[in-house]
Amino acid sequence: MIKKNNWKAWIYLSPVIILMAVFIFYPLFSTIGIAFLKDYNYLTQTSKGFTWENFGMVLGLVGKDAEGNSIWGFGQSIVNGVGVSYNTYVIRYAIPNTLIIVFVTVPISTVIALLISVGLNSIPWLKKSLQVIFFVPYVTNAIAVGMVFAVLFDYQGIINFVLNDMGHPWIDQGASQTRAMFALCVYIIWQALPFKILIFLSGLAGIDKQYYDAAKIDAASRWNTLTKITVPLLSPQILYVLITSFIGAFKEYTSVVGLIGGPGTSPGSKNMYTVVYYIYDTIGNNQVQYGAAAAVLLFIVILLFTAAQFWISKKRVYY
Amino acid sequence: MADTEKNIKPSRQELRYEAHRQSQEYDKINTHGMVLVLREGTQNVETMKKAQKTGRFVSLFLIYLFLGFMALIILFPFYWMIITSLKSSTEIRANQQTLWPNAVLWGNYITVFRYFDFVTYLRNTLIVGIISTIGTLITTILAAFAFARLEFKGRNAFFVLLLSTMMIPGEMMVITNYITVASFGWLGNAVGVFTAMIVPFWISVFYIYLLRQNFKQIPNELYLAAKVDGKSDWSYLWKVMVPLSEPTIISIFILKLMGAWNSYIWPNLVADKPEWRLITNGLRSSFTLSNGDPQYGQQMAATVLVTVPLLLLFIFFRKYIMKGVGRAGIKG
Repeated sequence: MIKKNNWKAWIYLSPVIILMAVFIFYPLFSTIGIAFLKDYNYLTQTSKGFTWENFGMVLGLVGKDAEGNSIWGFGQSIVNGVGVSYNTYVIRYAIPNTLIIVFVTVPISTVIALLISVGLNSIPWLKKSLQVIFFVPYVTNAIAVGMVFAVLFDYQGIINFVLNDMGHPWIDQGASQTRAMFALCVYIIWQALPFKILIFLSGLAGIDKQYYDAAKIDAASRWNTLTKITVPLLSPQILYVLITSFIGAFKEYTSVVGLIGGPGTSPGSKNMYTVVYYIYDTIGNNQVQYGAAAAVLLFIVILLFTAAQFWISKKRVYY
Repeated sequence: MADTEKNIKPSRQELRYEAHRQSQEYDKINTHGMVLVLREGTQNVETMKKAQKTGRFVSLFLIYLFLGFMALIILFPFYWMIITSLKSSTEIRANQQTLWPNAVLWGNYITVFRYFDFVTYLRNTLIVGIISTIGTLITTILAAFAFARLEFKGRNAFFVLLLSTMMIPGEMMVITNYITVASFGWLGNAVGVFTAMIVPFWISVFYIYLLRQNFKQIPNELYLAAKVDGKSDWSYLWKVMVPLSEPTIISIFILKLMGAWNSYIWPNLVADKPEWRLITNGLRSSFTLSNGDPQYGQQMAATVLVTVPLLLLFIFFRKYIMKGVGRAGIKG
C-alpha cells in the first residue's frame, strides 16, 4: 500500500508551481485586466480607469479625435484615426489576413499531408527515406526558411522565371496584398506538412491490417478504401491535427517576419499584418491595452474553435 | 477466345455457344479435370487478374510520381538556398535564372563571417539554449515524478489544470511577462536580459505530460522493491526512473535546444542590444541595404549557417526527434 505523501509531492511540484504562477497564471489574469484599462501606460503603470473602448478600438468601432477623446461608431477609427492610425489596420488587414491564413492553409495542408501519408503507407520501397525527407521542414528555422522563400518569390526570382513573369513582384515593394498573401500561404503550407505527416503516419501504423484485407476481398477501390476505411479510422489524428493547426494558424507571425521581413509589402504599409503581429507591435508602441484586448479576443476565438471542433468530433470521430 | 474479346457485347446466344465451345475445347485438352470459366461481360478471371495487376502497377507508379514530386517541392528551397549562397548578386537577380552558379563564389561566406556576428550569436544561443534546457529538464522530471508516482490530494485536478494551460495562446502571456521582467529590472543589462530569455522557459507543460506518460509505464513493482531496499523516493527517481526514461529525456533535450535555436519573438522583445541577440534575431536583421534591398547572396550564406546545425542535429538524433514529436499524436 502506497501511503499518501502530500507535502512531499508539493515540494516536487514547487518549481513548476512557482514558475507557472509568475509566468502563466498571473499574466493570464493581468492581461485580461489590462484589456479593460483606459489609456494604460505600462512604463508608469497608470491608467484612467475601466473601459470597454480597447475592444472597440481593436474591432474598428472606436476612434480618437485630435484631442484624444474616444468616439464610438463603426468605422470611426478609420475616419478619425489621427495619431493611433495603426489600430485601424486590425480590422482592415490583421483580421482578414489571419482568417485567410486559417481557412486556406489548414484545409489544404491537411489534405496534402493526408495524401502523402497514405501514399507513404502504401509503397513497398523508399518508404523510410521519403519519410525522412518529408520531415525535414520541421527541423528548420521559420525565419531562415522564410528568407529562402523570399528569394524564391523575389520579383527576379526562380518562380517568376518559371512563370515567365520576371519583374512582377510577389512580396517586394509594390506587390499587391493578394499576391503577397498567396506567397505567404504557400510558405505556411510547406512548413505545416511535416508535423501533420508524422502524426498521420503514426495513426496509420496503428490501423489494423484486417480492415484492408477485408477491403481487398471486397475488391474495394483505392478511393473507397481511403474514404471508407482510412479516414474514419484516422479521425482521432485528423481531429488533433486540425485543432492544433487551426490554433497555430490563428497565431501566425514568424512566417510573416521571415518571408516579408516586416508588416507590409511597401514601407509604412501594414497590409501583411496578422493579429499576433499587431499584438507585438503594441508593446513597442506602449499601447499594450489594445494588444491585451486583441489577445483576449484571440483567446476567446481559439477557445470557441476548439470547443466547436470537439463538439463536432463527438459525432464524427470514431475511437 | 481472342475473337470473342473483340466483340463488345456478345448476345446471350453467342455467349452460351462460346461457353459450350470452350468447355468442349477444355475437355479435349483436359480430359481428366473440370475447368470452371467465370465470365463477366467480356472479361474472365485471367483478364481481370491481368487488369488488376496493371492497375496496381499504374497506381503505384502514380503514387511514386506524386510522392517524388512533393519531395522535390520540400527539398527545392534547401537546394536553392545553397546555390544562391554561392552566386554573385548580379547572377541572383539575372533575367536568366541558373540552376547551378556560373562561377562558384565562396566570398559570400567570408563576408558573412566578417559582418554577421555569427560567433557572438552562436555563443548567446548556446548559453540560452543549454541553461534553459537543463532547467526545463529539472522542473519537468520533478513534476512528472510527482504526477506519475506520488499520491496526493488534488493530483488529477492539478494535472488537468496544467494541461488546460496549453490551450492559452502565448500572446496572452507575452504582454504581461514583458512588463514583469521590466519591473524585475531584467531589461537593459546583460545578466538581466539573459535571465529574462532563460527563466520563463524553464517550464513546459507538454514535456511534463510526455515524461509522465513515460514514467507511468515503469512497473510499480520496481518502486515497491526499491522501497523494500530502503531507497528514498529521491534516489529512486534519479537512479531508476530517469535512466529508464533516457530516450524521452534525450528527445526533450533536443527539441528544447532546437526551440532555443529557433526562438524569435521573446528574444526580439527583450534583447535590446545587438550583442545580446540570439541567432535568429541576428539573421533577420542582417544584410539588408539601406534602401531595403536584401543582399541575397550573403543572406543565404548566413541562412545556410543557421540551418546546417539544425540539419546535423536532425541527422544524428532523427529517431529521438521524430519520436518526441510523433508521441503527441498517439493519444489523439
